[in-house]
Amino acid sequence: MIVQVLYFSWVREKVGLSKETIDTEAKTVSDLIMELCIKDECYKLAFSNLDVIRVALDQELADQNSSMEAVKEVAFFPPMTGG
Amino acid sequence: MKIVVQLEAFDPGEELDNFKGQLKSSGALVSFSGIVRDIPGGLNRIEIEHYPIMTEKAINKICSEACLRWELEDLMVIHRFGSLKKGELIMMVATAANHRTDAFEAAEFLMDYLKSRAPFWKKEIGSAKASWVVSKAVDEKALSRWETS
Repeated sequence: MIVQVLYFSWVREKVGLSKETIDTEAKTVSDLIMELCIKDECYKLAFSNLDVIRVALDQELADQNSSMEAVKEVAFFPPMTGG
Repeated sequence: MKIVVQLEAFDPGEELDNFKGQLKSSGALVSFSGIVRDIPGGLNRIEIEHYPIMTEKAINKICSEACLRWELEDLMVIHRFGSLKKGELIMMVATAANHRTDAFEAAEFLMDYLKSRAPFWKKEIGSAKASWVVSKAVDEKALSRWETS
């Protein structure tokens, strides 16, 4: 399954990318995070504290247990600071 | 309903006049503006990053929810992104209703959700260092008072 993965804020800075295309077999967001962490050290650094990682699937807030089924775009970012 | 996410600065007086000018029956208008504040050691600027498509979706959802919960004639949300200096307006919310309670509560609701559920991230760039603004537990807690069982 091909997905676009987006990174924002300090997650983007730690990963060193704002966007990438990934071919993944991940069933859940957690699976995807694990796949990424195996791929390179920078992901391990970015995902070292999962409590401060938020995720959106196709631009809707989700959680790390959410299913990746039919998802086209995944975004990882820290808690939002709007307003 | 006016929802705008923009790079450019805006004139809050002009925005409020336009918003007020289009109202037909409201007796109460509440507005809130968020301003770039200083930090210890001095702020050079802030950088606001956002997630374009999701930002629109999230703000729309928050505004629709406010319209369901309160009797509003109209509402407005303007939020900037990009580079902003100290004292510049970051964002503005306005609500109009027949009665002030609806207008006040809806404006607070919008602010609470925009803070923690709209995908914006602020980075403060000071003279000595730059750091991402960390979300506060109190902001997350503020949402709990709006939760319906």
